[in-house]
Amino acid sequence: MLSIKNLHASIGGKEILKGINLEVKAGEVHAIMGPNGSGKSTLSAVLAGREDYEVTEGEIIFNGKNLLELSPEDRAREGVFLAFQYPIEIPGVSNVNFLKTALNEIRAYKGLEPMEAKDFLARLKEKQKLVELDGKLANRSVNEGFSGGEKKRNEIFQMAMLEPKLAILDETDSGLDIDALRIVAGGVNKLKSNDNATIVITHYQRLLDYIVPDVVHILYKGKIVKSGPKELALELEERGYDFIKEEIGA
Amino acid sequence: METILKENSIKAKLIAEYESSKKSLFGSLLIRDNAIENFSRLGIPQRKSEEYKYVNMELALKGDYSFETNASLTSKQIDHTQFLKNAIVVVIENGVFSKDVSKISNLPQGIKISSISDASSDKIFETHFSKYADVVNDPFAALNTALSKGGVYIHVSNGAIIETPIHIIHVSSANKNLIINPRNLVVIESASQVKIIESFETVDAKSKVFNNALTEIVVEENAIVDHYKIQNENDLGYLLSTTVITQKKQSVFSTNTIILSGSLVRNNLTIVLDGEFIESHLNGLYLTNGSQVVDNHTLVDHRKPNCNSNELYKGIIEDKSAATFNGKIFVRKDAQKTNAFQSNKNILLSDDGTINTKPQLEIYADDVKCSHGTSTGKLDPDKIFYLRARGLSETSAKKLLMHAFASEVVDTIKIEELREYVEGEIAKRFE
Repeated sequence: MLSIKNLHASIGGKEILKGINLEVKAGEVHAIMGPNGSGKSTLSAVLAGREDYEVTEGEIIFNGKNLLELSPEDRAREGVFLAFQYPIEIPGVSNVNFLKTALNEIRAYKGLEPMEAKDFLARLKEKQKLVELDGKLANRSVNEGFSGGEKKRNEIFQMAMLEPKLAILDETDSGLDIDALRIVAGGVNKLKSNDNATIVITHYQRLLDYIVPDVVHILYKGKIVKSGPKELALELEERGYDFIKEEIGA
Repeated sequence: METILKENSIKAKLIAEYESSKKSLFGSLLIRDNAIENFSRLGIPQRKSEEYKYVNMELALKGDYSFETNASLTSKQIDHTQFLKNAIVVVIENGVFSKDVSKISNLPQGIKISSISDASSDKIFETHFSKYADVVNDPFAALNTALSKGGVYIHVSNGAIIETPIHIIHVSSANKNLIINPRNLVVIESASQVKIIESFETVDAKSKVFNNALTEIVVEENAIVDHYKIQNENDLGYLLSTTVITQKKQSVFSTNTIILSGSLVRNNLTIVLDGEFIESHLNGLYLTNGSQVVDNHTLVDHRKPNCNSNELYKGIIEDKSAATFNGKIFVRKDAQKTNAFQSNKNILLSDDGTINTKPQLEIYADDVKCSHGTSTGKLDPDKIFYLRARGLSETSAKKLLMHAFASEVVDTIKIEELREYVEGEIAKRFE
């Protein structure tokens, strides 16, 4: 589904990603862990198409398409979804109106008619339940005045509504208490299928107790320095990021 | 030297027009003579005048003008300007009340509507007419007072609650350049309630129309008034719209100015809070593009204690257009315990657009709460990216954000049918 080869990216002339290689297949959950400043958020920003980052080398192929040539909206329409670490507040734009517009633009891209109002409402209700999002929040302006936990839940709600093929969760666990974390993780797990894939970017192992990864990658200084089964996350938790430094001789 | 000559010639033409037509005009010649004298002293404001620094009135008045006010539009031609299904419709065509196309038969009890020229012998009319507009210092108020050929007089009696909105439609239509001076007086007696919409449109115009419109509104004790101005003229429309409101004790007045188009729009909005426990709300939205010039001058004059005023003006500026917001708040010495708030927010979408914003607070009382704020920026790139990351095109992301920005003002429109109309016009504008 996703194939990243030798990806180099920089911001303001400073190289952050220094040759990332990553293969993600449909049905898989990948976790990317790493200390602060290792390039985790840069990777998610580059995947989503943030224009502040310059890709200097390498390629990203998503379902046969060169992702780097696509605009952010076309990436979304192809099925890439980034759950933001810091979701943006948009006063005056209602969640529902925003999602309807997004959904219908994605459908138009695929040559589909706009969704029937009653089908849309039905989906809205169903997915709201999935992430236990209060109906009142769904009708409010996008993220405006939401608590940190509500914002994260709203990201997963949007993901549920848009049904992406590849979801990238950028530090979705940060700032979440354990109850909110369970709800968010529960939502992600319920959305999992053999046709879609998830990349979970996190600093801590905790989230991975709830969203169990097939592969864990350790990102360090802009490179994936180690990959392994889910136990790698536990090892990392136990021994701290220093053991990586020792292992790779940094 | 040349500019002075030009200015003189426009001024001279206007004064000559007065001399030749004054015998046929309605109302008191004394008031008119006094007004033309003032105008003759004041002249057309120059760019160096602080009040007209950002809007070139001379340029707007350049060329030859006619003062004819023949009403010739059929109801079919103006049908589309009646955007409210349920309204008392008053049509002012080229500055003159047009009874034929107005819909004022079967008026509800407690409301009287007539041509302003027919009202001039009325006692209440005489008490109020030209008592509020500043003909001494404002050249356009003076000019309107001297030259006006018509308009509408509306009277709402004590305690009358008029649920049907009154829609005053100003339509301009000309084959040759035209200057018109519609004059309206609205007197709302104690404890009555009314909703008034003034809209400005050009219909089948082939030439420039300079509309120097003036409306005086008297809001007596405990009255509640919702007032709206919808300005939607085309490129041939040059509009100077003065609205002067006097509020008495415990009255509530809300006004909402929506500027959608027109070559030049200058609004002078003055609200005098002349009593205690008054509430005033001023909202405004201007969407400018092309080479449009829009200038909103507001004055909120707190004369008595314990009053509240709240003002919010927002603008989206595109292309080479220029917008000005100048908001004055006076809090006079007696006006203790005043709450007066003002905010002006702008989005500048192009590098060539201009926004001038100037809040002016003059406070002479010492126990008051007043604040003002102003901001001008571009559409937030983080918000645009967030929306695009969910599949919205850049254009629709921007559109959505512009709608959101405008909605803070549009949502204050209490007449649902009107709000829907305005939303529709805004949507068209953003296409």
